[in-house]
Amino acid sequence: MPICALIRAAPSGTAASGESMDGSSHDVLLVGGGGAGLRAAIAAAEVNPKLRIAVVSKVYPMRSHTVSAEGGAAGVVKPDDSLDEHAYDTISGGDWLCDQDAVEAFVKEAPEELLRLEHWGCPWSREPDGHIAVRAFGGMKKRRTWFAADKTGFHMLHTLFQTTLKYEPITRYDEWFVTKLLVDDGRVQGVVAIELMSGRIQAITAKAVILCTGGCGRVFPFTTNANIKNGDGMALAYRAGAPLKDMEFVQYHPTGLPFTGILITEAARAEGGYMLNKDGYRYLQDYNLGKPEPKPVLRSMELGPRDRLSQAFVKEDQKGRTIPTPYGSVVHLDLRHLGEKIINAKLPFVRELCLKYQNIDPVKELVPVRPVVHYMMGGVSTDINGTTPLAGLYAAGEVACVSINGANRLGSNSLPECLVFGARAGQAAAQFAAEQKAPDGKTVAQAIDEQRRLETQFLRKTGGWERIAILREQMQKSVESGAGIYREERSVTEASNTLRELQERFANISLDDHSRTFNTELQSALELGFMLDVAESIVQCALSRTESRGAHQRTDFPARDDQNFLAHSVVYRQADGSSRVEYLPVKITRWAPGERVYGEQTKEQPQALPVRRAS
Amino acid sequence: MNQPTIKAAPTYTEFHPRWYRPHVSVYWWLGQWQYLKFILRELSSVAVAVFVVITLFQLRALRNGPEAYARFQHWLQTPLAIALNTVSFLFVVFHTITWFNLAPSAMPIRFRGKRLPDLLLAAPNYIVWAVVSFAVAWLILR
Amino acid sequence: MADNITLEIARYSPEQDAKPHFESFQVPVHKEWVVLDALNHIKDKLDGSLTYRWSCRMGICGSCGMMVNGEPKLTCATFLSSYVRNGNKIRVEPLRYFPVVRDLVTELTDFLAKLKKVRPWLIRRDDLRPTEGEFLQTPGQLDAYKQFSMCINCTLCYAACPVVGLDPIFVGPAAIALAQRYNKDSRDQGADERMAVLAHPEGVWGCTFVGECTRVCPKHVDPAGAIQQYKLSAVLDWMKAFVKPRGHQAVRRESAND
Repeated sequence: MPICALIRAAPSGTAASGESMDGSSHDVLLVGGGGAGLRAAIAAAEVNPKLRIAVVSKVYPMRSHTVSAEGGAAGVVKPDDSLDEHAYDTISGGDWLCDQDAVEAFVKEAPEELLRLEHWGCPWSREPDGHIAVRAFGGMKKRRTWFAADKTGFHMLHTLFQTTLKYEPITRYDEWFVTKLLVDDGRVQGVVAIELMSGRIQAITAKAVILCTGGCGRVFPFTTNANIKNGDGMALAYRAGAPLKDMEFVQYHPTGLPFTGILITEAARAEGGYMLNKDGYRYLQDYNLGKPEPKPVLRSMELGPRDRLSQAFVKEDQKGRTIPTPYGSVVHLDLRHLGEKIINAKLPFVRELCLKYQNIDPVKELVPVRPVVHYMMGGVSTDINGTTPLAGLYAAGEVACVSINGANRLGSNSLPECLVFGARAGQAAAQFAAEQKAPDGKTVAQAIDEQRRLETQFLRKTGGWERIAILREQMQKSVESGAGIYREERSVTEASNTLRELQERFANISLDDHSRTFNTELQSALELGFMLDVAESIVQCALSRTESRGAHQRTDFPARDDQNFLAHSVVYRQADGSSRVEYLPVKITRWAPGERVYGEQTKEQPQALPVRRAS
Repeated sequence: MNQPTIKAAPTYTEFHPRWYRPHVSVYWWLGQWQYLKFILRELSSVAVAVFVVITLFQLRALRNGPEAYARFQHWLQTPLAIALNTVSFLFVVFHTITWFNLAPSAMPIRFRGKRLPDLLLAAPNYIVWAVVSFAVAWLILR
Repeated sequence: MADNITLEIARYSPEQDAKPHFESFQVPVHKEWVVLDALNHIKDKLDGSLTYRWSCRMGICGSCGMMVNGEPKLTCATFLSSYVRNGNKIRVEPLRYFPVVRDLVTELTDFLAKLKKVRPWLIRRDDLRPTEGEFLQTPGQLDAYKQFSMCINCTLCYAACPVVGLDPIFVGPAAIALAQRYNKDSRDQGADERMAVLAHPEGVWGCTFVGECTRVCPKHVDPAGAIQQYKLSAVLDWMKAFVKPRGHQAVRRESAND
């Protein structure tokens, strides 16, 4: 079938009509159908039921990676807790790189969003009297993490997905892969996407586009992230001219199973698990994280922040006190003292995963764990409403960097982040779309170009020799060595050079699959292209930031430098493909930068400055 | 070529020329032991009907007098009748056991927060079955 | 343990083939490898055109369901080592009773339409705002529907159910289990709205309790149990309607095809 028939040129005289030449035009378009995407779609539909909303996702929405989140979602509901304390825990956990106005809005809206989800049917775990139960979590001074057994993300995502089924204005484009943002007149006007089932390439125009594509863990070789987390949205925005922010801040979760990288949730430590080195010693006490107590102490030892725990692992490893395995060195997570009853009630999925993938029963044996890439603090630069500097483009969820997570995210903050900023971005995009006239037909030419690019570079090409898997493995290896837990100039520069070389080799890629129908090899090639761009931005930001803060640790610059670097790195793509890093100061409202202290010392929380009333 | 407009997510798409639709064979139930067991279970209801019919014939023979009844008893001793009764008996036992084991899944009874196991709910059926069978056997054979 | 294992994989490309055929690949055996790792090895190193769905590789997203030696399985949770003992050959096919788009990829639009038909969202007659607090629900009330809420939509149950194969309009195990998840949720008031779809010849009465769906479910949702429980409650409701007719809540007999 001739492919040129799939995208028709604009017939003259219709350029003024609102309908796109390709027959699909919407008011708000979501790229990605996970926690943030579905929440934003519902928010937009509720702002104005007459809006036409599209959710374009490369997988069915219930496959989105939100589904694998286990631990919980933080929201202040108990009487002994306060919004200021949640804000302080988040800001200090982020090593003061968080924009405090965004954090204040976030902690205020999080409980309402979680309650709204409960009203939509989410099966939160309860106390005996029927109220929402909360538990402790890493880096939090009070118990405020809501949970649905240990499958919180699964229940949240399925509740959101099932709720979107009742909104008629939401049209879903399931298994459509977005390859490019359509930009005209300095404004985003839609996307070009491949319908995987048939292979047809179509422009879907919209007055506003919200990116909710998640993070980019697959840029690293060992990650908890699913195969679909390739930083698609980050690369789409980056290529369209929107800046990315704080890309060097990559979170390593301290407890992942070796080989698979499957996550053992922080909740295991919150319920009381210990982390032991090869001598059975709770080694975290050597790293300024407090004294070991038999029961978990908030913000101390195993309930410290993730970046400090992962860094402690590396130091233990260097001292030779970790246990070597064929898949890297590990430490042990000890849950035996919790007993079978608690593990079955609070951590059933953890037990199931350990039994199935490690052949180990955590009730009776030690679980081998090691740090694994888990979350991307950085992402598409947005403001407090999910708006990017590129008109018509919004972002929410892990793909965005608002930033509320700063240099290190606290556990159980990212699920409410999807809800709060998904809702804000949905509302902002809906209001923007209501004020715009429909995109005109000028973007069809871009769509035709994109289709030609896909054909010549991938589908119809002969003569290439590079294999996708080999380039991908080399990219992952170089990013890990240059931008791992500890970084220094030489290895980061080396990584940068390797990535540049890989970009050139990418042009010679060859596919085995030239079919139109569900071509997953083409999809992998496009995802690799996205990952190379994202990897480039990570490495450049890591090179530029000559200080150590949170998850970004430079062995050649081990101290935190608030004088020069109390700012977000903002990276732009240049015309020649290289990147330019600038700095944007962090918004400080009421919490002056201080020492990040965990362990016994955190008895007194520093006083926040009083709220300033508008004069 | 006509480009269909996407209005809403398609619901039923009963025929698409490029999807392969494997044909489900008439002998699907032979493909797997679990399917065969299911079909035998369903067929066992025929055995129940067979016993009902035999009982009806028995009642008619009773009503028609001693010679008719003697003829009926004679028929019961023919190899055909013995085979029919044996096979039907085995199927009825199979029918009863599968029914007792499956019925509890329709009745989730919770006690002190935990769901009672299916076998516990099935046990009273077995007990009553055993008691009644012994009682009838004792009545007939004493 | 043997060094290699043979995978016989169903291949189908609509642009070239009229129907599927099998291709064999040799894959090294590692103790930790699952069938999905073997498929990835083939795609990365041997034949990049092998097409299948996968994502989380930890048994929670539901993408990677396939027939493995005639049994519906999640390939991310099925270890190669269990097949090395049983003849050293693995046959991988797309899930049964679904149209095949390509290789191991099945068509799911029908399934999603069936999920939507049972109105799987919380239905309430009032309009409580989130700021007024949560609906109270005790752990006991949560347990009443918790098992049915564990469904990951992997469609293994549809591949196991012969009724789905013989009667494509049958709503199916996962959809009915999902409806029961809401019917039994103490916060939901929508059981009447779901009745038309469920108490229908193509709803629960289409089920003949083969029980295969429950046996193959990787998350122990027990859809067969959900269906039989609904049958019992539908019958009891029907009998109660004689004793105390419900007037405006009378059952609407609608076609299953709307």
